[in-house]
Amino acid sequence: MYDAEPILELRQVDRTFGTQDVLRGINLDVYPGETLVVIGESGCGKSVTTKLLAGMIAPSAGDVYWQGRDVQQLSANEKRRQRLRIGYLFQSAALFDSLNVYENVAFGLKQNTRMKAAEIEEIVLERIKDVGLPLNVAEKKPAELSGGMRKRVGLARALAMDPEIIIYDEPTTGLDPVMSDVINELILSVQRRRPVTSIVVTHDMHTVRKVADRIVMLYPLPRLQPGEDQIIFEGTADEAFEADDPRVYSFVHGDASQRLQELHAA
Amino acid sequence: MSTAYEHRWNPFEWLGEKIVAPIAVIGDFTLFSLMAIRWTLFGIPRGSVLWPNLYQIGVLSLPVVLVTGGFIGMVLAVQSFDQLRVMHLESRLGSVVNMTLVKELGPVLAATMLAGRVGSAIAAELGTMRVTEQIDALEALGADPIQYLVVPRFLGCVLLIPLLTILADTTGMLCGWIFSVTVLDINSYYYWFHTFEYVTLLDLYSGIVKSLGFGAAIALVACHRGFHARAGAEGVGNAATQTFVFSFVLILFLDFLAGVILSQVYLWMDPV
Repeated sequence: MYDAEPILELRQVDRTFGTQDVLRGINLDVYPGETLVVIGESGCGKSVTTKLLAGMIAPSAGDVYWQGRDVQQLSANEKRRQRLRIGYLFQSAALFDSLNVYENVAFGLKQNTRMKAAEIEEIVLERIKDVGLPLNVAEKKPAELSGGMRKRVGLARALAMDPEIIIYDEPTTGLDPVMSDVINELILSVQRRRPVTSIVVTHDMHTVRKVADRIVMLYPLPRLQPGEDQIIFEGTADEAFEADDPRVYSFVHGDASQRLQELHAA
Repeated sequence: MSTAYEHRWNPFEWLGEKIVAPIAVIGDFTLFSLMAIRWTLFGIPRGSVLWPNLYQIGVLSLPVVLVTGGFIGMVLAVQSFDQLRVMHLESRLGSVVNMTLVKELGPVLAATMLAGRVGSAIAAELGTMRVTEQIDALEALGADPIQYLVVPRFLGCVLLIPLLTILADTTGMLCGWIFSVTVLDINSYYYWFHTFEYVTLLDLYSGIVKSLGFGAAIALVACHRGFHARAGAEGVGNAATQTFVFSFVLILFLDFLAGVILSQVYLWMDPV
């Protein structure tokens, strides 16, 4: 898997919001067919990293490559077409409030293809079934759905365009343990059903154990040692759980003692 | 523990930021407006996207605009009547009421009401879409957020605010006339005779042309603030408040600018 050319790359990427530096010198490769899990505490720049990979925001410095092509060099139209190869499940599901479930899932197809209404309907209903939702939700508005259902509609919408890469931004946050596992199983079933590359941002260790081929851990920039790389760990789930670095070890084991010491020292 | 990225307060940096930030916002607003105008010219959205916005901006604003127009007409009649009576010029009340209405107060107050009703609603809606990542989702699904969200609202405001202004003017003229004739006992014939003597079509058109600018200002400010809303209920609330304040200031500035230009036009047409 890792012999192939990377499908997405970040090279020496910095990202700043106003005067706040969030990412500094990030180098990250995503290989076709793998499930890469990005972990790290809240505010360390995980979602920013995925938005950079998806081309939704531009880096303040450095380069983003999609299959070896520099994203900054692509024309707006080319960028829009390329971006459709990436499906994105947002943290809050980000369903369009004013549209019902059917219209939400059909949105990308209506916007970007010349498919007939019957063809669109076939795909939309299939995707709704794929994510384990009954077809009667199609007419409902997002506000009428539970958190888990909204996440699943978000996934159906991300899958509608048959993307090659799917980015899951905190897919299980805010869900009960059973629904979290339903989402984990969906991630695996999507992976089994089609040859996709998955990037999962999470701090749910159950998700990490279940879906990860490879893990990278980001650390908040203000707390790094001088000259240290912001990606403080890269390896498999087993390696993460046995890591020597106390910051990685305590994060994956949910142990606060290291952090409490840091807070006291500050 | 000292780290490589610790930030120390620096007065020069602070001052620079205070100067650069507003300039950056103005530059960003200008680019945003140019992109909105470009998409309006080259990528008119589908009817299914446009109609709900026209309904929201136009039809749902009718009551507030009609009520505003009506009261402005009557207030102008009451206020002007006392002053004209001192000079025994009550019969000229129609010209004062209608001139003020079509040139100034009709367009400005209708636009102010719409900045409050339409502008704040647009900013709150788009701000909520921003903080719930719906605008990012649009982009991820291959839609341009400016074409999909801004253009319909911009078109709605630019096309419908002049129509709403005409309705506010008309209601104001009718209410002012009814109040003057029935309560203030002004002769209806002289009321309209003096109106047509002084109020020209150019006055009416100048008010309508101004309202086109007001409509564009409200839509662009509201969409820009909504797109840049910060997270949380406070961020969305601020976007709505800023929209009203900024668009009101912009309306007054545009009104002043139009006043200066129109005075030159009048002078050129009638150089006495």
